[in-house]
Amino acid sequence: MSATAATRRSPALIAFSTGFVILWVVLASFPFLWTLWGSFKVQGDFFSKADWMNALWGTRTLVETGATFTGQAYHGAWVEQDFWRSALNTMIVVVFTVIVSLTFGTLGGYALARSGFRYAFWLLMIALIFRAMPHITLVSGYLLPFFEWNLWGHLPTAVIVLVAINQPFTLWMLHSFFLNIPKDLDESAMVDGCTRFQAFRHVIVPVMWPGVITTGLFSFLLAYNDFAVTAMLLSQENQTMVPKIASFLGSTFEEGNVMFAVAAVVSATAPLFVLVMFFQRQIVSGLTAGAVKG
Amino acid sequence: MPHKTFFWFILPSLAAMLLFIALPIVSVAIQSLHIEHEQVLITVENCGPFGCEQETVVDTAATAELRQAQPLGRFNGLGTYFDRGHLATAEVAEIWRTADGIREFFSRLMNLPFYKALVFTLAYTAIVTPSVILLGMAIALGVNALPRMFRGPTIFVSLLPMIVTPLIGSLILFWMIDAEGIIGKTLQVLFDDPELSLKASPTLTWITLFVYGIWHSAPFAFVVFYAGLQTVPGETLEAAMVDGASRWERIRYVVIPYMAPLVVFVTLIQLMDNFRVFEPIVGFSAEANATSLSYIIYSDLRGDVARFGSAAATSLLTIVGVAILLTPVLIRTWRDFNRKRA
Repeated sequence: MSATAATRRSPALIAFSTGFVILWVVLASFPFLWTLWGSFKVQGDFFSKADWMNALWGTRTLVETGATFTGQAYHGAWVEQDFWRSALNTMIVVVFTVIVSLTFGTLGGYALARSGFRYAFWLLMIALIFRAMPHITLVSGYLLPFFEWNLWGHLPTAVIVLVAINQPFTLWMLHSFFLNIPKDLDESAMVDGCTRFQAFRHVIVPVMWPGVITTGLFSFLLAYNDFAVTAMLLSQENQTMVPKIASFLGSTFEEGNVMFAVAAVVSATAPLFVLVMFFQRQIVSGLTAGAVKG
Repeated sequence: MPHKTFFWFILPSLAAMLLFIALPIVSVAIQSLHIEHEQVLITVENCGPFGCEQETVVDTAATAELRQAQPLGRFNGLGTYFDRGHLATAEVAEIWRTADGIREFFSRLMNLPFYKALVFTLAYTAIVTPSVILLGMAIALGVNALPRMFRGPTIFVSLLPMIVTPLIGSLILFWMIDAEGIIGKTLQVLFDDPELSLKASPTLTWITLFVYGIWHSAPFAFVVFYAGLQTVPGETLEAAMVDGASRWERIRYVVIPYMAPLVVFVTLIQLMDNFRVFEPIVGFSAEANATSLSYIIYSDLRGDVARFGSAAATSLLTIVGVAILLTPVLIRTWRDFNRKRA
C-alpha cells in the first residue's frame, strides 16, 4: 500500500513530520553519543566550568594527559575499581536467569496454551497481577528471611529471584506464541503414541525457537537492567554492574572519579547497543506480540 | 490437556512464582505488623567518692541478643501503618484542624513522607502515561511517513532510550543537566541566569523526572503503535478517501479506532511501570525534592539500621495502590471472559 492515493501527503505535512522525526532521533541518540565522546575526556572537560566546547576539543584533556583522548576513565573503572568483577557477575546472573526462566516459561506457557480449562485463564490473570508488583516491595519481603537463612548475598539467590520476577511476563509471551503453533502438530504426535511430554520434546521444541529467542531477549533485558533486586540482595563482592555504578556515585565523589562512573556507564551500555543492532526485528515483534493478543 | 499433565508442566513456573512473589507478599504483611525491638535499658548504680547515683544505660549485649532471638521484632499490630512515616492519621487530623484553607492543608500534607511520595508517584503516573502515548503515536505516524529505507535506522535509534538500563539512562541525562554539563549550561545561557539549576527546586526536579520518564518510555509506545499502523487495512482507508474523508478524518475515524486495543495495552503496561518509578530518583539523586513509594521502601531498607517493619508497611500500602490501579482492567477482562464463554 506504499503509493496509493490514500497515503499521498502534502509537501508541508511531509516536511513537518520529517522534521519531527529528525528531532526525535536527535533527542534519542544525542545523550548516548555525548556520553560516549565525553568518556574519553577528563572530568574538567566533561563537566566544563569554562566553556562547553572544551568537551568537544578536549582542551583540559590535552593539558592533563598530553592527548585529546584518554582512556584514564576506563582504566580507573575496570582496573582500579574492579569493574571487571561486576561485569563477570552480571554475565553469570544474566546467563543463568535467561536459561532457567526460558526453561520454566516454555513448559508453563505450553501448558497454558494447550489447556482448555478455566483455571488456565485464572493463572494468566494472577500472572498479570504479579507482573504489576513493584520489585522493591517483593525485595522488602525477601530481605529478612534471606538474612535469617543465610541466603543473602549469593549470586544464585539473585538468579532465582530474577527468574521468578520474570515468570509472569515470560508466561504471557510464550503462551501467546504457543497459541499460534497449530494444535494438530502435537496432537497428531500423540495419536502416534507419544506422551504429552514426548510430543512437546520432539514436535514443539524444534519449531519454538523464534518465540523463545524473542522472549529470551526480554528476560535478558530484565536481568541486565535490574537495580532493585541486585542492589539489595547481593553482597559487595558479588555486586553486578548496575549497583556497582550506583556505588561509584555514593563513595567516590572526588575529582576525576566521576569519570569512572561515566566510563562504567558507557561500558555497560555497549552490549545493549549490540543487542539492539542484531535483534531489532525480534525486539519489535516481541513488543507487538503481546499487544496484538490484547 | 489432563489436569495431571498440566500440573507437571506448570509446576516449575508456578512454584517459582508462589515462592518468590506470593510468599514475599505474605512475608511483607507479617513484617508490617512488627517493629524493631527497643533498646534494652538497664539501671546501674555508679558509686564514686561523692556517693552513689542511678544511671540508665543501653545494654548493648542484651539488645543484640534480643534482636538475634527475635529478628522479626516485637508485635506492633497496625501501629506502623498509622505512624508519622506512613498514613499519619493523627498528624493529618491535626493539619486538617489547624490549616486555614485547602492550599495550606496540602502544602503541610506534603511534609509527611508517605504523602509526599504518594503524590509524586501519582503525578508521575498521571502525567507520564498519557504523554508517552501521545508522543509514541506522533513518532509512529512520523516514521510511517518516512521512505522505507530510513525506517530501520530510525527504529534502531528510537529503541535506545527504552532498552538502556533505567539507572544508566537517568545518570546519562543527570550528567548532561548538571550545571556544568551541556544541557544545564545551555539552559543557563538561554534563560540568562547563571544560577539556574535543575536540581535545586522541587518543581524543576519533578519536571526533569517527568521528561526523563517520557523519554524512556515513548519508544515502547512508538514501537507498538508503529507495528499496529502496518496492519491498518488499506481498503478501509481508501474507502474513507473515496467518501471524501480528509487526512485528519481518516486518522480520526479509521486509524485511531483500529489502534484502540493497542492504546489500552500500552496504557496498562505504562500504568504498572510508572507506578513503581524508582531508578530515576536514584539516578538523578532527586530524593530531596521528589520521592516515590518505591524509593521510600528502598531508603528504609538501605538505612544504617534496616527498618523492615516500616518498609513492609509502605510495601503493603503500595500493593494496595497497585490493586486499585488494576481493578478496572481486571473487571473488564472478567466481563470479556464471561462474554466469550456465554
